[in-house]
Amino acid sequence: MLENEANPTFSKSTGLPRKRFYRARAHSNPLSDSHFPIPISPQNVDYSVHYPQFFPSSERSDSSKKIQFADIGCGFGGLLISLSTLFPQTLMIGMELRDKVTEYVKERILALRVSNPGQYQNVSVVRTNSMKYIPNYFEKGQLSKMFFLFPDPHFKEKNHRRRVISPHLLDEYAYVVEVGGIIYTITDVEELGDWMKACLENHPMFEALTNEELEADPVVKLLSSATEEGQKVARNGGQTFQAVFRRIAPSL
Amino acid sequence: MEDASMEYGESNKDNEVAPALIAVHPTQESVAVAVGSELRVFDLRQGGAISLEDDSSSGSLHKDSIRAIRYGANGKLLVSAGDDKLVKIWSTESWRCITTVCSEKRVTAVAISHNGLYVCFADKFGVVWIVNLDMPDGQAAVNKKAAPLLSHYCSIITSLEFSPDGKFLVSADRDFKIRVTVFPKKPLDGAHEIQSFCLGHTEFVSCLSFVCSQEYPHGFLVSGSGDSTVRLWDISSGHLLDTCEVGEKAGLLVSNGREAECYSAVTDLCTNPDGSLVAVAVQRQVPDYVLQGIILLKCDHSGRTLSCAKVVSIGGGTFIPTSLRICSSTRLLWMVTGVSNLRVSEQPSSARVRVISGLTKSNDQHEPFVLEDNEVPAGAKLLEKLQGSLSYSEEVFLAAAEAVKTAMSNLLIKKQYSADKREFRKRTRNDKKIKQ
Ligand SMILES: C[S@@+](CC[C@H](N)C(=O)[O-])C[C@H]1O[C@@H](n2cnc3c(N)ncnc32)[C@H](O)[C@@H]1O
Repeated sequence: MLENEANPTFSKSTGLPRKRFYRARAHSNPLSDSHFPIPISPQNVDYSVHYPQFFPSSERSDSSKKIQFADIGCGFGGLLISLSTLFPQTLMIGMELRDKVTEYVKERILALRVSNPGQYQNVSVVRTNSMKYIPNYFEKGQLSKMFFLFPDPHFKEKNHRRRVISPHLLDEYAYVVEVGGIIYTITDVEELGDWMKACLENHPMFEALTNEELEADPVVKLLSSATEEGQKVARNGGQTFQAVFRRIAPSL
Repeated sequence: MEDASMEYGESNKDNEVAPALIAVHPTQESVAVAVGSELRVFDLRQGGAISLEDDSSSGSLHKDSIRAIRYGANGKLLVSAGDDKLVKIWSTESWRCITTVCSEKRVTAVAISHNGLYVCFADKFGVVWIVNLDMPDGQAAVNKKAAPLLSHYCSIITSLEFSPDGKFLVSADRDFKIRVTVFPKKPLDGAHEIQSFCLGHTEFVSCLSFVCSQEYPHGFLVSGSGDSTVRLWDISSGHLLDTCEVGEKAGLLVSNGREAECYSAVTDLCTNPDGSLVAVAVQRQVPDYVLQGIILLKCDHSGRTLSCAKVVSIGGGTFIPTSLRICSSTRLLWMVTGVSNLRVSEQPSSARVRVISGLTKSNDQHEPFVLEDNEVPAGAKLLEKLQGSLSYSEEVFLAAAEAVKTAMSNLLIKKQYSADKREFRKRTRNDKKIKQ
């Protein structure tokens, strides 16, 4: 429960959030790891915390820049770091469930900002369970790229519902990704690669990129090389399986 | 790592009791009450109790607590479902069970499409399933398989509602979320297009309903929550239009600084046919205090506001409604309180039904008033059937209040694993061993 707040979240006159409401769930199971604040809605995400140079104050209007790339299960953040300089004007965020790992990525970004003045201002990370709280962070059609690099495989059939790509979760990703936006996935587990590809192929709101399009996209090259997991696989000479799909409008 | 957060409330079943539920036929031809596993129906046309006939292969009525009952918009069907994982679809003509659908998990909410062709039901894992009823007659009694329609990732779905124009299916969960999904032309292939999320509640969402009027035929969504508010939404954008603090306005919040320990949860709500009023049942989580009655909210469609109009108190013993329905034709507000599985007594589960009249228009001179038992349609005969008996004890009401409280806190509390169990679960997970 929120601590004693009686004010409506939104100002009647401006339609904007009155305060930055971050909720802390008093009732969550302490054994579980859901003890992190969750923004009530995307309007309540405090950009000034994540991107202080772009947002000196926490005031934001509808026309303000919004986060456009999301790296889901970003791990140690290698991809974000590479993307940051490739797209210096694009705001991007990593979502990571593990507390320590998230802290590490935070420190890493802060250190890079210090040693490279003016750079890495467009990247940040947040600790959250992406499977539950994506709609709390992003509005409809807000994202232009979403990344799922080397996600946990969850081999057992009954655990397939824990996979970060699944038919139902794709409905949510289709909601936050704009038409024309792209979902990038890669894994070194063949079975998972087949699964992710099949889920995307069977979804009415995604279509595969052609080989030419894959060639032309500079981001595709980063999938197997930019992250820590990718580098580990490459060192061991492992094979990788990627699926890159574009969000399309559903046919009526 | 994310394990514990994924497992949900199969919480201690033995202590779990089910609050009584009520449903009213759209033209008040019948009224149904569910108490525990018992489904009681009274036919107001014939003026008699109905005995349900169920010759589906499962051979019996419900075997465990019923968690949802609802009539279809055209009044031809009644659906009941719950903890026995069965969804039963009844014909209101013959009062036979025409279809029984088996769910993999316990069922928490049901909805019927306005054309009566589809029944949707939600399970404890947040998956909404759909059944097509439009089948050749011969197949009608066959146990049907449901197709998955959409999912709230591992969150208990508390309410399902079709929009007035039938274009959207709205689902609410205990993770504060309301999802508006485009109801597709071919729903058996899944509902993939999300129209909006209505985000703003800061506790579980317990109930949903639409208000609509001639000027606003698409209507607005109203939702009740454990955060003690009722909120008004535009579902096409997901925008929050207004928030009404029912706990506060009804004078429920104490001013002595104890707010942190108490809270009032909205447990149910319903709307009147012209969309001007919302009736709200509130459960207060403080000992020694309960709101005996309901709160009426006024909804101004053009101003897009929701405000407390009045509190209607119900005399004659502690009466905390566990479920509310307004009949769309007679405008009577039907309420029930009661609870299943009272271990203390071997009696059949009892309930108390009360009816409020005079909800016609919000600006009407008439004050809403509670009908005496002999003024209720069909009077004693109806009450005897739906309540289980004509007499009722104060004990039942207190137990019912307790039951709603339990049901509500079950929505709040996730499964608590003991340290041992957690270790065991960790050790037996092998997907982790393979990687890393
Ligand atoms: C195998 S690692 C890959 C990390 C990174 N993408 C890479 O390629 O190096 C998978 C990551 O996903 C994170 N993760 C798993 N489930 C998650 C969830 N529901 N929400 C956010 N992160 C999650 C894990 O904590 C882990 O760091």
